[in-house]
Amino acid sequence: MIELLYFARLREALGSGGETLETTPATVSDLLDELKGRGEPWSEVLAGKVLVAVNQEMALPDTQLADGDEVGLFPPVTGG
Amino acid sequence: MIHVSVQQAVFDVSAEMERLRKGDAGIGAVASFVGLVRDSNQVGEQRSDVAGMTLEHYPGMTEKALTRIAEQASDRWQLQAVSIVHRVGRLRPGEPIVLVMTASPHRHDAFDACQYVMDILKTEAPFWKKETLPDGAERWVESRKSDSDAAGRWEDDGF
Repeated sequence: MIELLYFARLREALGSGGETLETTPATVSDLLDELKGRGEPWSEVLAGKVLVAVNQEMALPDTQLADGDEVGLFPPVTGG
Repeated sequence: MIHVSVQQAVFDVSAEMERLRKGDAGIGAVASFVGLVRDSNQVGEQRSDVAGMTLEHYPGMTEKALTRIAEQASDRWQLQAVSIVHRVGRLRPGEPIVLVMTASPHRHDAFDACQYVMDILKTEAPFWKKETLPDGAERWVESRKSDSDAAGRWEDDGF
């Protein structure tokens, strides 16, 4: 199980601030593939540039996931 | 001393300066940067008036990211203190968004560290800006290549 959080443009496009995923994909890349496999709007929203944080640290496609992880998905940041 | 705050309320530059230098008479230089909401934005050839701005962030991760940026600056330059204050929520043109202050025995470290913190914050801290246009329409601000270039220059300057 992992806790997904969506921010900014992704949150709006998906119509959700997050969800609990009952499965635990092995890596960030596997997670994105699983979500894209749901079809629209996921496949379209996740086709753009998406950053992923695992337990609030920036992650890479091959970052491993573990049961209970918090995974944030968001567009490139624009603060400052 | 590292101080990080993500807040809706406006900040007081003098009060932040007082917090920064308090109790350390070895500080010889404080550099500060204040970012403000502009009343217009240029996207490619298109210039638009901006009536307001809403800032969203990732609670928890934002504070960690800002603290790490301040720690990295403290590893790289001789600093006695770093303060980063970033506002979230709805802001109007002219309002301050972000404050970075760096304190050092000497000015060069304070100046360089202040620029470094802003450059890295722009590309790594999880904040997102949404502009409100004069007709009430809203749009997410796009990330800029000039910002990633600015952050990238700290990677290959021989350090």
